[in-house]
Amino acid sequence: MWIEVLIALIKASAIVGMIVGLAGMLGWVERKGSALIQDRIGANRASIFGFAGAGLINTMMADPLKFFTKEDIVPARVDRLLHTLAPCVAMFPVLATFAVIPFGDVLQVGERSINLQVAPLNIGILYVLAMAGLAVYGVVLAGWASNDRLSLLGGIRGSAQMISYEVGMGLSIVAMVMTYGTLDLQAMVRAQGHLIGGWLPAWGVLYQPLAFLIFLCAGIAESKRVPFDLPEGESELVSGYFTEYSGIKYLMFFMTDFIEIAVIAGLITTMFFGGWQVPYLMRDGFHFPGGAAVLLPQVIVAVLQIGSFMVKVFFFCWFQIMIRWTLPRLRYDTLMRLGWKGLLPAALLNILATAVIALAVQG
Amino acid sequence: MNPLLFGILALLMIASALGVVLLHSPVRSALSLVMTLFLLAVTFLFLDAYLVAALQVVVYAGAIMVLFLFVIMLLNLQADPQGMAKVGVRFAAVLLASLFLLAAVRFFVAPAALGSGTGMGGTPPAGFGSVEAVAERLFTHSLFAFEVTSVLLLVAIIGAVVLAKRKLV
Repeated sequence: MWIEVLIALIKASAIVGMIVGLAGMLGWVERKGSALIQDRIGANRASIFGFAGAGLINTMMADPLKFFTKEDIVPARVDRLLHTLAPCVAMFPVLATFAVIPFGDVLQVGERSINLQVAPLNIGILYVLAMAGLAVYGVVLAGWASNDRLSLLGGIRGSAQMISYEVGMGLSIVAMVMTYGTLDLQAMVRAQGHLIGGWLPAWGVLYQPLAFLIFLCAGIAESKRVPFDLPEGESELVSGYFTEYSGIKYLMFFMTDFIEIAVIAGLITTMFFGGWQVPYLMRDGFHFPGGAAVLLPQVIVAVLQIGSFMVKVFFFCWFQIMIRWTLPRLRYDTLMRLGWKGLLPAALLNILATAVIALAVQG
Repeated sequence: MNPLLFGILALLMIASALGVVLLHSPVRSALSLVMTLFLLAVTFLFLDAYLVAALQVVVYAGAIMVLFLFVIMLLNLQADPQGMAKVGVRFAAVLLASLFLLAAVRFFVAPAALGSGTGMGGTPPAGFGSVEAVAERLFTHSLFAFEVTSVLLLVAIIGAVVLAKRKLV
């Protein structure tokens, strides 16, 4: 009994540690990425005793230290309880979403089989949507509790934007559910292990390219980053809903931003790019289309699969950061038009097409 | 479901439901309602009704209450200093609450009388509350109601569009 609890605890803490570490790392990637795109040398000021070589490690340590030691200024006019609660409410659902994302296949250790997924839920994808719905509260609360016109505007913009893009996101997921015939994310990843015509991995993006584009677009809008960063809009609203935050609470919003990138990358990987699947890698080793096979022990297969998941997640994190430094911010009316007149009808048509094809295939 | 767990959840739910009525700030009231709905979802979770729990959060906590808060923020409603409704409204509220309480008591005291032989307790059948089980029931037993509801929703959407499109003279 308690060994199961122990395994669950280890899985949960491993995932949380990995995500928070990844979020810290992404802070550095973002700075370096912006420097790369703007053709300058950046993020090279943090050094320990003159040792700046490992910029990644130094920045990862310097950033949290800076925020931890900063004074936490709370303006006199704020609603103290809600002002303190808001960063936690913002961070919790985003972190909790990772519970249903599978990062590996089921491991066989002796008699015991360990599912490399923190919460193997039958309703996996609905859980993701529920958490995405709860993520709005952090923004709304921060905007309201700050009792400041810029924060309030940021909060209102944020909630309107997140509600609008949740619709498109949910409908693009519906098409994926119709394709796989399951809501369970682990089952979705397993379904992507087949080969089309004996050589092409059956990844979701090949079946549903339009759903992938809609999900990517809506996902970036949900994370409120450029080109969808109107809730922050630093040229108009200082920094929007978290203008009145400093110190550790600001760090929590800052981290939430990067964890959201990781969550979107994790969901894209899981639904559209085969999750932990490595092409041609079966349970007992590689089976190439020509008939050649390389047999591998289970441990190496598991490590390859977890590694494959992490590489894919990291690629999509990097991809989102590149988008952030490439595109300009949308105007408010173009933002709403894209959400309601672009993504929503496209997602509905996609569902219709998926239904017709599914019916035709079934005969 | 563990009676102790249920007791704790029920107490928390009653506390947050009282918060909805008793708090003066509209935002705090709305947040108490969110808390109540969220705790209700947790209760469903412990009753093996995973789908209902997820839908509870997606629809009520995640969509409807966000719209509530959005409107409160947009209108910038402040705490009402008088804080109490008119006598007539209070009377109606007490009457409705008593009726609801009566119905609830009747349900819990005599579950057998309502026709469900098993009543409360007992273990649910295998697959209870899963998406497949609910879908099976929905698309066989209640298909007509389901389809009619979709027409109703369509009417509501068209109505909203017509109202929004109407030129203000």
